[in-house]
Amino acid sequence: MKRRWRQFPVAIGMLAPSAIILGVFVVYPLIHSIQLGHLRCDATGTRCRDGGWIQYVDVFRSNEFQHALFNTIGLALMTVPIGLVLGIGLAVLADRHLRGIGFFRTVFSSTVATSVAVASLIFFVLLQPEVGLLPHLFHGLFPVLKDPGLLRDPNTAMPAVALSSIWASLGFTFIVITAALQGIPRELYESAFVDGAGGWTRFTNVTLPMLGPTILFTSVVLTTRAFQAYAEIALLTGGGPDPERPTQTVAYLIYGQNSLVKNDIGLKSTSAVLLFLVLLVLAFVQFRGLDKRVHYGS
Amino acid sequence: MAADIGATETTHGARKVGRYVLLVFVAIVVLFPIYATLMQALKSGPDSIDHPKSLLPINLTLDTMRAAWRIGDLGRLLVNSLFVSIVVTIGVIVTSVLAAYAFAFLDFPGKGLLFAFFLATLLVPAELTVVVNQRTISSLGWINSYQGLIVPLLATTFGTFLVRQVFLTVPKDLREAAALDGVGHFRFLGEVAVPLCRPTLGALALFTFLGTWNQYLWPSAIITDDEHRTIQIGLERLKTGDVDKLNLVTAGTVIAALPIFIVLIAFQRQLVRGLTAGAVKG
Repeated sequence: MKRRWRQFPVAIGMLAPSAIILGVFVVYPLIHSIQLGHLRCDATGTRCRDGGWIQYVDVFRSNEFQHALFNTIGLALMTVPIGLVLGIGLAVLADRHLRGIGFFRTVFSSTVATSVAVASLIFFVLLQPEVGLLPHLFHGLFPVLKDPGLLRDPNTAMPAVALSSIWASLGFTFIVITAALQGIPRELYESAFVDGAGGWTRFTNVTLPMLGPTILFTSVVLTTRAFQAYAEIALLTGGGPDPERPTQTVAYLIYGQNSLVKNDIGLKSTSAVLLFLVLLVLAFVQFRGLDKRVHYGS
Repeated sequence: MAADIGATETTHGARKVGRYVLLVFVAIVVLFPIYATLMQALKSGPDSIDHPKSLLPINLTLDTMRAAWRIGDLGRLLVNSLFVSIVVTIGVIVTSVLAAYAFAFLDFPGKGLLFAFFLATLLVPAELTVVVNQRTISSLGWINSYQGLIVPLLATTFGTFLVRQVFLTVPKDLREAAALDGVGHFRFLGEVAVPLCRPTLGALALFTFLGTWNQYLWPSAIITDDEHRTIQIGLERLKTGDVDKLNLVTAGTVIAALPIFIVLIAFQRQLVRGLTAGAVKG
């Protein structure tokens, strides 16, 4: 007991820097946002009154929030499955001892070097109908897709954002899954091979189950990214095209330049807390749903 | 791949060729945006939109890059990003090592409570904290300042837990023996604990650097002047309505991505270690 107290000052001294920063910039904002979420402010944001807990329900049920949530889910439904399948596909493709395989691995990892902002600007230029290369290419492949360009057509704006986002995340997914593939004991493949299992059977019966925890981790990361999508929206579409605003995500609804709640710290907090709750529920569902099918190798 | 299976696969020459064809095809698709961007950035305005000739490495010039550098004031943006990222990286290493040491080697009242406090912060996304942090920074008078960009990022639970994992592998006897010899906590930390986790610290440093460098929402929430703008939010200035000048944007992205490409090539091993630290064994 005496010893515990003797180490107390040293321990507190060592923990203080982290604890103060995390307390002021993470825990305090969490608690304070929940309180601010009650408030309703006027247009200038100076005078606020108490809106009560019911404000959380009202905002959640509002057309604007539902619309943004719907768009965000749409983005996640495109980026997460396609991103995972491509990541696994590329990792399996490159998981061989072939001459020059290191070169291909570097190429497949390369997009990890681009930030969301850089990737978005790359695709912004590539997708411009007047100057970009991709419209040129797409017109040749699908003559139906004509002007005004993928980012300005309400039907294709979100898929175009997803394209940029999937490309930007590919390097990360590839690296994580490649590392997990290398951790699978080779004897498992050998015994499957001896049992006469073909390439596809080995993939579904050995590779996929052993990748379980990694796929779970990657899907949680990719989902979180989709639900936090802000920079790609700000740089590619600004939430537009108007008036449908099919790329208005929840994060952009809160922080975007033309945000409805820009000056209302109360409504801003309400929306931010709701986004946090949605993310919590999603992570929980993913862990519950996938956990049953996941093999944590011994 | 185990030798025997590998051998069986390679006896099928056709399948090997097929795999190479697929690898090359996928590599071209993945690299296409980068290649196209590089080519456009290296051409003068009219040449950069003359498709498909824009893809050929002909008539290359550095004029567009120079213009982007000057118009976008990219030197200043890069220096800002570099400064903020380096300071945050050093800060995170220091705070993480200290906190991890307390959690791994010390026993004190309230340890469980503090540990739970750290754990809870893992759940909170940046998107939630920005509303209130913007106000905090504003009331500190730190809008448009380096402190505003740096201080909130100086500690992460991820870093603390990563380092603590390594510290936990150090036998307790080692610390106790050192204590009997009169070695204090800080000397033990510097001479035994930190050298043991050097590879992990390398990964943490790289990750913190990249994460800080790539910040977008936070800088755009508290920086409005040109003096403190970082490269991620500053690039947008090159995006004018003028269609002929869009290759300035591509040139800007090339300049912005270049330092990171160099860092990543230099620290490939740390990158893989860091990326997989969270993934292994769920």
